[in-house]
Amino acid sequence: MATQTLPATRRTGKAGSTIFLKTLMAVTGIIFILFVLAHMYGNLKLFSGERSFNTYAEHLRTIGEPMLPRRGLLTILEVVLGLSLILHVYSAVALWRRANEARPQKYAVKKAVSQSLSSKTMRWGGLFLLLFVIWHLLQFTIVKFNVGSGGGAFQHNPFQLTVHAFQVWWLTLLYILAMIALGFHLHHGVWSAAQTLGWTTTPRARRIAKTAGLVIALVVAIGFILPPLFILFGVIK
Amino acid sequence: MNLTLKIWRQNDAADAGRLVDYPVEGITEDMSFLEMLDVLNEQLQARGEEPVAFDSDCREGICGMCSLMINGEAHGPEVTTTCQLHMRSFKDGETITIEPWRASAFPIIRDLVVDRSAFDRIIQAGGYISVNTGAAPEANNIQVPKVAADRAFDTATCIGCGACAAACPNASAMLFLGAKVTHLGELPQGQAERSPRVVNMLNQHDAEGFGGCTNIGECATACPKEIPLDVISQLNKDFRTAKKYAG
Amino acid sequence: MTQVDDLYTVGDPIADTKAPKDLPIEQIWTRAKFTNKLVNPANRRKLSVIIVGTGLAGASAAATLGEAGYHVKSFCYQDSPRRAHSIAAQGGINAAKNYNDDGDSTYRLFYDTVKGGDYRSRETNVYRLAEVSTNIIDQCVAQGVPFARDYGGLLDNRSFGGVQVARTFYARGQTGQQLLIGAYQAMERQVTAGTVEQFTRHEMLELIVVDGRARGIVTRDMVTGKIESHLADAVVLASGGYGNVFFLSTNAMGCNTTATWRAHRKGAYFGNPCYTQIHPTCIPVSGDHQSKLTLMSESLRNDGRIWVPKRKEDADKDPRDIPEEDRDYYLERIYPSFGNLVPRDIASRQAKYMCDEGRGVGPLVGDFRRGVYLDFSDALSRMSRAAIDAKYGNLFDMYQRITGEDPREVPMRIYPAVHYTMGGLWVDYDLETTITGLYAVGEANFSDHGANRLGASSLMQCLGDGYFVLPNTIRNYLADGPFEPVAQDAPEVIEAVESVRGRIEKLLSINGERTVDSFHKELGHIMWEYCGMERTEEGLRKAIDLIRSLRAEFWRNVRVLGTADSLNQSLEKAGRVADFLELGELMCIDALHRRESCGGHFRAESQTEDGEALRDDEHFAYVAAWQFGEGADRLNPVLHKEDLVYKFIELKQRSYK
Ligand SMILES: Cc1cc2nc3c(=O)[nH]c(=O)nc-3n(C[C@H](O)[C@H](O)[C@H](O)COP(=O)(O)OP(=O)(O)OC[C@H]3O[C@@H](n4cnc5c(N)ncnc54)[C@H](O)[C@@H]3O)c2cc1C
Ligand code: HEM
Ligand code: HEM
Ligand code: SF4
Ligand code: F3S
Ligand code: FES
Repeated sequence: MATQTLPATRRTGKAGSTIFLKTLMAVTGIIFILFVLAHMYGNLKLFSGERSFNTYAEHLRTIGEPMLPRRGLLTILEVVLGLSLILHVYSAVALWRRANEARPQKYAVKKAVSQSLSSKTMRWGGLFLLLFVIWHLLQFTIVKFNVGSGGGAFQHNPFQLTVHAFQVWWLTLLYILAMIALGFHLHHGVWSAAQTLGWTTTPRARRIAKTAGLVIALVVAIGFILPPLFILFGVIK
Repeated sequence: MNLTLKIWRQNDAADAGRLVDYPVEGITEDMSFLEMLDVLNEQLQARGEEPVAFDSDCREGICGMCSLMINGEAHGPEVTTTCQLHMRSFKDGETITIEPWRASAFPIIRDLVVDRSAFDRIIQAGGYISVNTGAAPEANNIQVPKVAADRAFDTATCIGCGACAAACPNASAMLFLGAKVTHLGELPQGQAERSPRVVNMLNQHDAEGFGGCTNIGECATACPKEIPLDVISQLNKDFRTAKKYAG
Repeated sequence: MTQVDDLYTVGDPIADTKAPKDLPIEQIWTRAKFTNKLVNPANRRKLSVIIVGTGLAGASAAATLGEAGYHVKSFCYQDSPRRAHSIAAQGGINAAKNYNDDGDSTYRLFYDTVKGGDYRSRETNVYRLAEVSTNIIDQCVAQGVPFARDYGGLLDNRSFGGVQVARTFYARGQTGQQLLIGAYQAMERQVTAGTVEQFTRHEMLELIVVDGRARGIVTRDMVTGKIESHLADAVVLASGGYGNVFFLSTNAMGCNTTATWRAHRKGAYFGNPCYTQIHPTCIPVSGDHQSKLTLMSESLRNDGRIWVPKRKEDADKDPRDIPEEDRDYYLERIYPSFGNLVPRDIASRQAKYMCDEGRGVGPLVGDFRRGVYLDFSDALSRMSRAAIDAKYGNLFDMYQRITGEDPREVPMRIYPAVHYTMGGLWVDYDLETTITGLYAVGEANFSDHGANRLGASSLMQCLGDGYFVLPNTIRNYLADGPFEPVAQDAPEVIEAVESVRGRIEKLLSINGERTVDSFHKELGHIMWEYCGMERTEEGLRKAIDLIRSLRAEFWRNVRVLGTADSLNQSLEKAGRVADFLELGELMCIDALHRRESCGGHFRAESQTEDGEALRDDEHFAYVAAWQFGEGADRLNPVLHKEDLVYKFIELKQRSYK
């Protein structure tokens, strides 16, 4: 007899359908976007001097007191970011693996007709960003070592820590490269997240999301690059 | 015009396969790409060599049977099917590489012929509206706003050729899936099964071994029927809603 | 039996015995549905039906029989059922919904179809077709077929093919595709439900008949080359038309007669094989390499004007340089009242005459120019470019893609091409052939279109047959089943399988000098020349001789490379061409014996003073049902006549002057 209801079909047996995985990536990606925007805003305070920047850094630690303990909100943020990173990387790797399994034999000739440089570099660029974040955390929060002049570390002076760091040309260069990578990642990532979350069901929405991707990517990349550059050239000191 | 063809030859699924060079002469601009291959095949047979196997049927761009990767582009350089591609899109003396669709969900049968039954199984998983013959209400009792009807039509024009999955760097068939989900989801008739449909079709898509979409967009560029990328967004949205309500 | 020349013999007349007699026409189908036996739902799953073909007719039948609970096995030669050639239909599907209140009715659709068929179809069947037409639309809409709608959200209609009411439902220029996808999806749903088993890339190569009943088929798995026998209680052929006998046609590359011809050889009569429809607006042949022809919608004739140069010398001139007074708008000249909108057969034939006179245009193919102009310059000066593009833009683009010329700049060139075959397996009112338990639906049968099919009526017939007619008639047969199971090693099965094997081995072992395509092209050339738009006694006799010797040469000199146990496209083609080589002869014999002109069949000897088709109702108001004769060197078929009795419609001569 005729099917009355749709029968359930085979699952892959793998953790998560492909759309679920990319939804995870989009949600965590958006958390990252919000974070980097805020972080970039904070970094721009480097331009308003040592006092202002350090107060801001201190404020981050006291925010929410006395309802929350010191570093309360910051800890929550760290946990959320940490988890997001794990999930983001997990789904990226899972999708990458599935893509490789889905086409074990490559084309002898394959043209990229509409892929952007950004979309092509999501995976290797993402990996680079992962390495960067690890390095960055070691440098600024976990170990707080100083690669710059003056010796020792500036355990309680974020401003000095930063300024000393970026007086070193190769570190600035490394950061600039990382920020370019981030720009690329976001250029595709923003539109991609919007598409994944089903916000781009019309051509107009698609154009808006693409433009937003470009704008956010430029703002974030430039916003982050400016302070280190100004430090390197001695404007901020 | 004279051309050099590099064509993928493979005897059967077990064979490793290789690209083989064939010069062809006397090709005219008015020939379709497949007629050019017909000419090659006549020449091969005259020499006692087995002709190159490739799929085609309607040769007017509607059945979705033809399926060649031409110089790294699914269906070649124009926005159309392989059978509607003509030799005037190529230059005299050019070297053209011709490969089959490559995806583990599309196993190669021989030379340029692949097995696309995975698409049938995706439709079997829910790409339909359940209505038994005879059970239909009077047609004009169902009103469909023209915009919805037009969008349903636009997405229903998918010919199931598989170019989207062939072109996608992830070998994902989301454009095909999105087209069907959008076609049926735009219509009032399609609402009852909307949620289970998308979940089941997606599960089948994944089980067939297609990759996941990361919104690269090669698929929509390769699609001969110009299915727009936003059907994938619609698919994602429907999937999310379905998960919310249907678990 | 009387032998006629060395060509055929005349056998006993036949009658369609299934239609309830002596009832008013509008009660016949209702009565038949009531008197046909029922099958208890619990028994249905014990009954199996093989359906060859997944076009509109086959897919809709498979879906419906599956829903009813029968066990269905469905076959097609493509890699997916969705690719059957029905997908290519452009224009639309007729139905007597009368949504426009312009005077349409079941009776009018019935009348138009009989008249359109030049009074060579069976009244009872056509009336039933008109009756079920409205249900088809309901069914398709419920399945989600996105028909064109107006801004109120209701279905839109257009008028089509010379009828005066707007009854054609359409989905832009892709109606066939949308309808087929609907039927395909319904069928795939049954695959999930477990009632339909789907066999793609399987070609039917033989019919299995046991004790006078069709009990199965022999197929070749086109991927592995495995020869398999499939057995069932009934067999349905929905394998489409045989227009590819002409090599060049608007049909898909794989369209073939093998399924129907094999059944014919096993005893199913072939009805009216010579009735072919030639469509006037196709893109002309551009060279010898051409593999198929592409149809341009007939709607172009609404705004385009057809002409050729008055003088032969102008044939290769740029048409834009030919002044108005040197152009011959021949349709407007000969048929002042219908002009460019005369029916398909007339438009086609006149184009041929123009080219035969040497006034054809376009490239020389051989020593002949095949083409006439279809000019939009008048329309472009009358309407805006945007308005023209809205109507014909996609057709213009398609034309440009194929020819490299923009019809907005240079007049289009068109030429007639074979498009549809009205003939097919003879079936009775129940769609059963002369082999018990073997049914034929869709273009594969001869049934509803007489000598000429109206536009948008084939889709209607295919879906009518598959969704509504066959499921209601085949149950009358299945109610007596399940029949005695046939063993895989029954002598009839072994014989059928071995004959298929033998034929394949034979084809592979000849190893001659000519490719299959070269034979197919030569056959096509003979058919087009002598059994095409205009047929003469002399030409047809010549054609029969030519075909016989070509067939003999084929079996001596064809070269089929490769092996039997893998995908082998030359082998597939060879089998099909072998059958076309026999069918071609039958078509010529049929065309020769029918010494009248009617519909798509124009005999030069039978025309009015001013060159129009002249029917001979006194002698030829019958269906020619041919029984297979001896085969091999000459077919020598047996002719059985089914007299056409018109109780409700009066016979008239067509006139379009
Ligand atoms: C270009 C074009 C435009 C048309 N436009 C219109 C239109 O606008 N309106 C209209 O009413 N009609 C139109 N027609 C006619 C109409 O489309 C066809 O007559 C109709 O679709 C035939 O359907 P079918 O189901 O009988 O066969 P098909 O759709 O031809 O299907 C045949 C099936 O049989 C299978 N098959 C065949 N042989 C074998 C074998 N040996 N073994 C296994 N399987 C086999 C095939 O795989 C296929 O699945 C058009 C036709 C053409 C060519
Ligand atoms: C740390 C290592 C990282 C890796 C390995 C990584 C990898 C990836 C990959 C492979 C994708 C999928 C590409 C796609 O969907 O098209 C992706 C998407 C995304 N990434 Fe990252 N990424 C990393 C870090 C980041 C960071 C730091 C941010 C933000 C600041 C970010 C934001 C995004 C966004 C917004 C998306 C889009 C989500 C979507 O596709 O739906 N990622 N990432
Ligand atoms: C030029 C660019 C950047 C500069 C100058 C910079 C600077 C800093 C500084 C000074 C801190 C320490 C703040 C504190 O301890 O209060 C910090 C912390 C941090 N930065 Fe950056 N950063 C940059 C880019 C990035 C980017 C691109 C990311 C993420 C993708 C990132 C992620 C983090 C994280 C996660 C912390 C830790 C926050 C915490 O633990 O509280 N930074 N950064
Ligand atoms: S979506 Fe486009 S490319 Fe993909 S199968 Fe459909 S028509 Fe082909
Ligand atoms: S190319 Fe592939 S990644 Fe998605 S957008 Fe298209 S399926
Ligand atoms: S052969 Fe049918 S679409 Fe190309």
